[in-house]
Amino acid sequence: MSVLRVEQLNKTFAAGGMFKAIGKAKRAVIDTSFDLQAGETLAIVGESGSGKSTTARLAMQLLAPDSGQIYWAGENVTHLRGAELRRRRSHIQMVFQDPYASLNPRMKIWQSVAEGLRVHRPDMTNIQRRDKVAATLALCGLDDSGMDRYPHQFSGGQRQRIGIARALIVEPKVLVLDEPVSALDVSVQAQILNLLKEIQLNTNLAYLFISHDLSVVRHIADRVSVMFAGQVVEQGKVADIFGHCAHPYTRALLDARPITHPDERNRGDVVMVIGEGMSDTGCAYQPRCAFKQDSCAAFDGKLNSQGCACLYPLSGRS
Amino acid sequence: MLERGEVIGHTAAMLELSDLSLSVSIQGKRVDAVSAVSLCLQPGRVLGLVGESGCGKSLTAQAILRLGEHQGVAKSSGDIRLDGNSLFAMSNEQLRKVRGGHIAMIFQEPMTALNPVFSIGSQVVEVIRLHLDLTKQQARQRAIDLLQNVGMQDAEQVLKQYPDALSGGMRQRVLIAMAMAADPDYIIADEPTTALDVSVQKRIIALLLDLQKKRNLGLLLVTHDFGLVAEMCDDVAVMYAGQIVESGTVSEIFDHPAHPYTRALMGCRPEVSLPGKPLPVISGQVPPPGRWPAGCHFAKRCPLATDECNNPVAADVWSRANHVTRCLHVGEPC
Repeated sequence: MSVLRVEQLNKTFAAGGMFKAIGKAKRAVIDTSFDLQAGETLAIVGESGSGKSTTARLAMQLLAPDSGQIYWAGENVTHLRGAELRRRRSHIQMVFQDPYASLNPRMKIWQSVAEGLRVHRPDMTNIQRRDKVAATLALCGLDDSGMDRYPHQFSGGQRQRIGIARALIVEPKVLVLDEPVSALDVSVQAQILNLLKEIQLNTNLAYLFISHDLSVVRHIADRVSVMFAGQVVEQGKVADIFGHCAHPYTRALLDARPITHPDERNRGDVVMVIGEGMSDTGCAYQPRCAFKQDSCAAFDGKLNSQGCACLYPLSGRS
Repeated sequence: MLERGEVIGHTAAMLELSDLSLSVSIQGKRVDAVSAVSLCLQPGRVLGLVGESGCGKSLTAQAILRLGEHQGVAKSSGDIRLDGNSLFAMSNEQLRKVRGGHIAMIFQEPMTALNPVFSIGSQVVEVIRLHLDLTKQQARQRAIDLLQNVGMQDAEQVLKQYPDALSGGMRQRVLIAMAMAADPDYIIADEPTTALDVSVQKRIIALLLDLQKKRNLGLLLVTHDFGLVAEMCDDVAVMYAGQIVESGTVSEIFDHPAHPYTRALMGCRPEVSLPGKPLPVISGQVPPPGRWPAGCHFAKRCPLATDECNNPVAADVWSRANHVTRCLHVGEPC
């Protein structure tokens, strides 16, 4: 069942404020579409400024798209506003990157976690809410002894568990995770990734997983969309993308991953990103592409039937 | 006064930390946050100091330039010697020469390490003129050379720009150029690529290694990332809760990690995990400074711990060529 679908999303940010006259509008997301099934994890990867977080915010209706459609569980929610929208928000919830910044330091843990219930379950009594918080914290591997404590009394990993509990408490069908482990140490990161997998197995939640870390993505995702300059340049199953990607940018991203053993130093056949910046016309990746041809200047940037937006895809993929 | 390149006595050129302990103030009490750390940085070699947040690796690195003291970090024992001279015996004047002149530092955040209201040129020239007796014109020329050396072809243009006009990778290049301004012998790089995109990371790593080799620099790389260590280092020291638990050459540590903490930390990296399997984890939490156990700091979380581990364990209780480990149970299966 499709729990989240977006079609042809576009979003342009105008240059604002003091520099309106000299600034340039930024096309943050261009013609982006994807479909997320229950129980599935779709990762959006790309470097900073590629539009991955904006895409997530559009899908959550935290930002209004300039054009395009957004469906939650099959229902078109693109034009819903106010109370109508708020009522449906329990369908899709978010976990943020920084567990230190995303919890109110003056609220007790149970109050922070229970906030969503105040909106979505006004019928519940305080006692029922506390019970629900305790149960949700337990799902996230925390016992109820911390419910009356404050965020500063918890470690980074524990706070991220609290952040996840906060999103889960309204029983969403989709969780948007924006770099949920990139602020954590590796040993803590492993615990959180395991927890997310476990929750997904038990509840059939769908994850939209925003990340720049390809090793984490390979571990957690079923499918991957690679974004560059606001566009999806390649999408596919994890095994295909990591096994034999077709877009030169995907290849460069994969090759830029840190090595895992000193023996891999000076390994050959690495595709490096050569230049900087991006092109406004034709294929946006031209200035950095090692395989660029003249015809790339006229490319429309559309994904082909293999899910790759490149006129000269790498041969590895059939 | 210490002059450039001057070596007092006949000590070999090296930067040496011996039994260095550093204390911080927690709720009015002084507690050790770094405990008896010994490290040796030699020209031409890259040493990686690896550990998770709070292990004391950054405090250790900053102490080498005697930074952090105004924030309440104090030496409780041990010494740091540059080519045989104790940094703690130096006057402020001498320390100013050492900082940047002999030992330079590259910080993690290229966004905050540059002053946004001064041009790149004025910031680079300032550093050059602090250390070298050059006219403004000469310093400007040197700034251009330095920027070209870190791969910025349009150096003259960059000098006129302000930090906000540069990308993160470009800013990090400027900081590396500034670190090289007075031709130091040692560079301390604290997570130099953590804030950058992967493709940019790769190029900054290549640049740092290139400079290090050409100038025979001793490089101390502070990081949480074993990938970076694999890529850059000759030697590795692993820190846990204020102590060095294991150190050795990079191939020794990667091929034969001996300490249970090192083994666990390397094992929970998603890049070496088996697809579809849960990642291995380390149970429990790092004890904060002030609550370290008397014995092995890792004992409470260690699957191999025995009663003996409750007594202090020497840093080199297990050793072989190019490898020492603070563990009584090396070789036992975890």
